[in-house]
Amino acid sequence: MADQSFDVVVVGGGPGGYVAAIRAAQLGFNTALVEREHLGGICLNWGCIPTKALLRSAEINSLLQHADQYGFKIDSYSFDFKKIIERSRKVAGQLSGGIKHLMKKNKVTVFDGHGKLLGKGRLDVSKDGKNVATVAAKHIILATGARARVLPGLEPDGKLVWTYKEAMNPEAMPKSVLVVGSGAIGIEFASFYRQLGAEVTVVEVMDRVMPVEDVEISAIARKQFEKQGMKIITNAKVVKLDRAANDVTVHVEAGGKTEQIKVERVISAVGIVANTENIGVENTKVKLDRGHIVVNEWLQTDEPGVYAIGDCVPGPWLAHKASHEGVICIEKIKGLPDVHPMKRENIPGCTYCTPQVASVGLTEAKAKERGYDVKVGRFPFIGNGKAVALGETDGMIKTVFDAKTGELLGAHMVGPEVTEMIQGYVVGKTMETTELDLMHTIFPHPTISEAMHESVLDAYGKAIHI
Amino acid sequence: MPHNVLMPALSPTMTEGKLAKWVKKEGDKVKAGDVIAEIETDKATMEVEAVDEGILAKIVVPAGTDGVKVNSLIAQLLEEGEDASALGKADAAPAVSAPKTVTPANQPTAEASKPAPTMAVSTPAQAKAGGRVFASPLAKRIAKEKGIDLSTVKGSGPHGRIVKADLDKAPAGASAPKAAAQGGGTFTPATSSVNAQALADAYGIPYTLSPNSGVRKVIARRLSESKQTVPHFYLTVDCELDALLALRKQLNDSMDGLKISVNDFIIKATAVALEKFPGANVSWTDDNIVQYTRADVSVAVASPSGLITPIIVNAANKSLKVISSEMKDLGMRAREGKLKPQEFQGGTISVSNLGMFGISQFSAIINPPQAAILAVGAGQERVVVKNGQMAVANVMTVTASFDHRAIDGAVGAEYLQVFKKLIENPMGLLL
Repeated sequence: MADQSFDVVVVGGGPGGYVAAIRAAQLGFNTALVEREHLGGICLNWGCIPTKALLRSAEINSLLQHADQYGFKIDSYSFDFKKIIERSRKVAGQLSGGIKHLMKKNKVTVFDGHGKLLGKGRLDVSKDGKNVATVAAKHIILATGARARVLPGLEPDGKLVWTYKEAMNPEAMPKSVLVVGSGAIGIEFASFYRQLGAEVTVVEVMDRVMPVEDVEISAIARKQFEKQGMKIITNAKVVKLDRAANDVTVHVEAGGKTEQIKVERVISAVGIVANTENIGVENTKVKLDRGHIVVNEWLQTDEPGVYAIGDCVPGPWLAHKASHEGVICIEKIKGLPDVHPMKRENIPGCTYCTPQVASVGLTEAKAKERGYDVKVGRFPFIGNGKAVALGETDGMIKTVFDAKTGELLGAHMVGPEVTEMIQGYVVGKTMETTELDLMHTIFPHPTISEAMHESVLDAYGKAIHI
Repeated sequence: MPHNVLMPALSPTMTEGKLAKWVKKEGDKVKAGDVIAEIETDKATMEVEAVDEGILAKIVVPAGTDGVKVNSLIAQLLEEGEDASALGKADAAPAVSAPKTVTPANQPTAEASKPAPTMAVSTPAQAKAGGRVFASPLAKRIAKEKGIDLSTVKGSGPHGRIVKADLDKAPAGASAPKAAAQGGGTFTPATSSVNAQALADAYGIPYTLSPNSGVRKVIARRLSESKQTVPHFYLTVDCELDALLALRKQLNDSMDGLKISVNDFIIKATAVALEKFPGANVSWTDDNIVQYTRADVSVAVASPSGLITPIIVNAANKSLKVISSEMKDLGMRAREGKLKPQEFQGGTISVSNLGMFGISQFSAIINPPQAAILAVGAGQERVVVKNGQMAVANVMTVTASFDHRAIDGAVGAEYLQVFKKLIENPMGLLL
């Protein structure tokens, strides 16, 4: 088959790849997208989106449990686990269809298959091992994503030991779950299953849950999880799994002692590995570092005309970071004048457990480590009128400023709707705000966002409601 | 129906200016042609005349306001008998009655309205002088703490906004000289790395401060740019003036009221020499040598607000009498700050004469994008050797500065030779 030629070919249709493809098409490039499984990638099909649908159901279940607190008397109710899962799949399906439409609308040619570099400017697309197209392009953007990391002895089997994929699409509600890893993925599943009533144990190798977050945020979150009945073991390692017919005995080593925990299912959430095998990097000058593709600030690899974005390059491995990289990458290719490299300290992170956790920038510890003299503000939601009215007063907002310049170095939140609110601080950080701009900003009353204001005020000893 | 008075444009490139002064006050009666206000740009002050008759009902922009956008509402006139309640209506009325007299006397044709190179170069500073410097809040604060002048920093953020990273590169208390390498409009003058005021404080030297005017800033910026980016070289020649002085006396005696100065001769000679030897009537650009086909002489004039260079356009083809009377007019208005922009923007060569102060010789800084400037010293009686004998002659030393990118040494020398010959044989300047 003769080569089909394009200006830009994107390999991978996740939130990095499909956004890059749309932006490329908008900029007038003749663009193709190669996707081997489903448009929208993990994020949309097996990650961010379907888990949010699940967590919504879990949240409603929690509300129903506490209905009396709001003046309702509900004698009995139950949930249909199958329907909860079905809804989540339907949400994913709807959005994946939406991406298909967007590709069509933007005249992006979509190849159904696996893309592999054939050297300079050429790509092989194969389906089930058979070549379906050979594509030539001036610019090839690799957005091949990542998959769950597998630890020896903890290999997922699809039945007893799950990855995120099985965990969000199980046949039945497990009575007990042990989650290995307390990062965003692990904690969200722990939260989901706990809120629906499963016995949940979380095993974390570090000394605290959600180790990337600020220490105080981790501590508050842990206290809340434990209050909900979650069992959390930190500084701990899973040393052995005994897999039986319908349960697993997990040997957990902590503090020199080994504990045996019998659960129905184990969820492995111990990080990700980049999908950089079998994509033909060996046919190019593209370099890898610990499995991830090495790129510069414009997402260019060492091979001219080959770029990489998203989870297949160094982290943080977040959908919004991937999308943003896609846009920077293609706008730089186009030579647009106002393109700027991404500032890592301005990438927010959100975890949709209960209570939610969201943050941007440096933690207090990291800021001190970098030699900043810091001013720290804290404001608990118990001091916020709207949070009290909502009945969701657990959590707090912590802000970290450079004492010398007033630069907002970081913001860390745990509590209701904080994932929706963090963008306020992100806008501020992106615009290089100082404490004064935030103090001069009028926050609407009554909202939980007022706690954001109070936290800033507190950093300078001016908080009102504390 | 109230009439809106709008901020006038003093030149085709002007986007904003300073409303320097209200000549009339609210409630004053005005008739068409009355001066109601004065507008200032970096170099010029212009009067705003009323187009309509009426009462100056409302001053919208107070005197002393910087950065007033062209065509924005500055005042409202009411017709006789109208009361102030009509004022609001003006907002809805089409803004048509822009003052008439501010249109430059010689309306630029389509050709001429293309901004001259000089104007293009000076645009960024004009925008900055009155306009706003865009910088992030953090950048502003860091600049304040480090004593960095933000107007000297090139922004790398969205829409050229100055961000923190831009300041990390700028040394404390100094600007970013890196811009010099980029040339063109982005040039920012390097301020001294030593703060004079701080040192004066430290050493207990008494002083007073006067804020830099727009003119002062433009002079500082343009001359720093010139001295730091234009490779100057200097050639000096002595010209005997006796013949010229004799001819001048004859001419001035020949007609009542005529007072042609030595400088008028020099202006004419500068231009005629360029016509005879066009190799020095050039400008450098990255891609081309611009060969001017007309010699326009910028003449340095000291005004209370600073140096300004009104232009004798096509000086080679003007009589000494015309040059003399134009110079008188331009010089007077320059000192009053009332030149129109097109009267001092442009020129293909400059002349700076400090002879009246008894300076015998000096070298001047080229006025970009021009490539040459003549620094003229005093005509003095000096001992010269003629045919092996000492003799006394009136001698004037002229030092020319040339832009070596556009003019080589031999070319500059040859030009000066032609110039010297014209000065020493001045009858040619009468033709």
